Amino acid sequence: MNLFPEIHQLMRSPLDFVHILDEIPLGILVMDKDLRVVHLNRFFQALTGFSLDMARGIPCKNVLRSSACIINCPVLATHRKNRSISCTSDIINTDRQKLPVRITTAQIMDTHGHFTGYMETIEDLRSSATNDPEKNVAYSFANIIGRSRKMEKIFQTLPMLAQSDASILITGETGTGKDLVAEAVHQTSQRAGGPFIKINCGALPATLLESEIFGHMKGAFTGAVENKPGRFKLAHNGTIFLTEIGDLPLPLQVKLLTFLDDRIIYPLGATKGFNANVRIIAATHRDLEYMVSIGKFRKDLLFRLNVARVHLPPLRERGADIRLLLDHFLNYYTKKQGKKINGFSETALSVLLNYTYEGNIRELKNIMEYAVNVVQGTRIEADNLPAYILDHEPVQRVSKMPAAEDVPNTQSEQLPISPPPQPEETGQTWPSVERQMIMDALKTSRGKKNKAAQILGMSRSTLWRKIKAYQIE
Amino acid sequence: MILHKIAIPILGEEIVPRFDLTTEVIILTTAKFSGIQDKKIIVLPRSSSDELCHTLLAQEINTLICGAIEDEYYEFLKWKKLEVFDGVSGAWIHAFERWQAQTLNSGDILFTRMVEGNLI
Repeated sequence: MNLFPEIHQLMRSPLDFVHILDEIPLGILVMDKDLRVVHLNRFFQALTGFSLDMARGIPCKNVLRSSACIINCPVLATHRKNRSISCTSDIINTDRQKLPVRITTAQIMDTHGHFTGYMETIEDLRSSATNDPEKNVAYSFANIIGRSRKMEKIFQTLPMLAQSDASILITGETGTGKDLVAEAVHQTSQRAGGPFIKINCGALPATLLESEIFGHMKGAFTGAVENKPGRFKLAHNGTIFLTEIGDLPLPLQVKLLTFLDDRIIYPLGATKGFNANVRIIAATHRDLEYMVSIGKFRKDLLFRLNVARVHLPPLRERGADIRLLLDHFLNYYTKKQGKKINGFSETALSVLLNYTYEGNIRELKNIMEYAVNVVQGTRIEADNLPAYILDHEPVQRVSKMPAAEDVPNTQSEQLPISPPPQPEETGQTWPSVERQMIMDALKTSRGKKNKAAQILGMSRSTLWRKIKAYQIE
Repeated sequence: MILHKIAIPILGEEIVPRFDLTTEVIILTTAKFSGIQDKKIIVLPRSSSDELCHTLLAQEINTLICGAIEDEYYEFLKWKKLEVFDGVSGAWIHAFERWQAQTLNSGDILFTRMVEGNLI
């Protein structure tokens, strides 16, 4: 949809309204009297994921998706009180992220002073939420926790890197917190007020990825029915985070390299470039040097990205941090679940400290969530831990980062309850682990199926079906 | 005949824009992709993603059609083998009809688009 509204009589020639709105570093939403979306700016799109084409003409609460919209609509309050209203709230964007925001609403009047609609400005509060002193913990930077020597070194480096504008390459195994570091660097940098846009280079096929990153013009290819700004343009004056950069296809590596050289993006089919002021943070769990040696990754791109490098050590190399993290997540989930748990039994602690955590902090976090969910008493016992870690024999493995051809992308998403273990890691299949979990729950509940179902977080009928399927007598 | 259960968190006649702020959920039972065999509305005592997830599992829901949902809960429900169409907005009945016709996608906007009273 191409709209070219203009502002007249402010300067000698008419002004481009869309361009003015796009340069404001706040999300802006313009609505009619019926709260239907009329216009939104680039920052709003970066924040929520909704483009003007997607949002125009639909009720604003379905675009902003803020809790304030449902609990106490600030726009209607503005109308009732006939004045501007400001409130803090949260939104869920199209990437399914919940973000803290400040919403300010105002009425719009026409030249005769007649009320014609509303305007909302949305301020991203992620940076101020991170700097909240109550949330800061000792031995931490933003939300990253650790007191091992390796992490201390990182904590000393990160604030300096944040203040610079250099490109950063974050490496480390899956689950070591690369995303967290990238976001923390952005939130503590000068660009904190700007957008933080994340692109997973391994999540989309090459053709889609190019249009997603660099954008396209209407008619550039079959199906390009509208102009798409691309993530680089959305990240203007902010930070772009390219995660899984090792999975970026070679042709796109060339295009990214060109951007890093001249800082101009050319959307597909565009004749004019856009000068994007963007800081680049890239991350990968792959060994990029090895990928360069086998021709899977461009050497010059590696040099460009590798201005500053942060290597996050795997958990097994972080010594005392395991205990710190266990206590942290125990405390976190205990509060979240509203339980009273004082700590770990000696056996449970010994199992947890000797486990190798191939999935690093993500795995540790999931194990703690599982344990807090199933524990009945005031201490985490060994029985409350997932069965697969009890059978685990501690093996010290050599740290190895895979190249693209060695291992498919195995980065798993975090789940509220411990995910099924990978058969190749534990030698067990999910059904055998689930059978064991059901038996453990039945033992704990002394055969009472209602209670066992509660422990397992499944309905009684599901439990009954599974008992039959696994032939548990 | 295999029955299929669809849950849609609602606010009046529309899909509630936020899964975590749901206090009412409509549960429709169908033979897969055919007409509604049973319809009931569950009113929740308070809005909570955790409790709603528990309700969906307890009710043995096969498909969830909802508005915005946090990734943590989306992944959890997918892991629990629910088919999830998220980011859907508009009247719940239209979403259900699209699901029946097998044309529903996540992110579908089913509202009639209007600006200042005019269709666009």
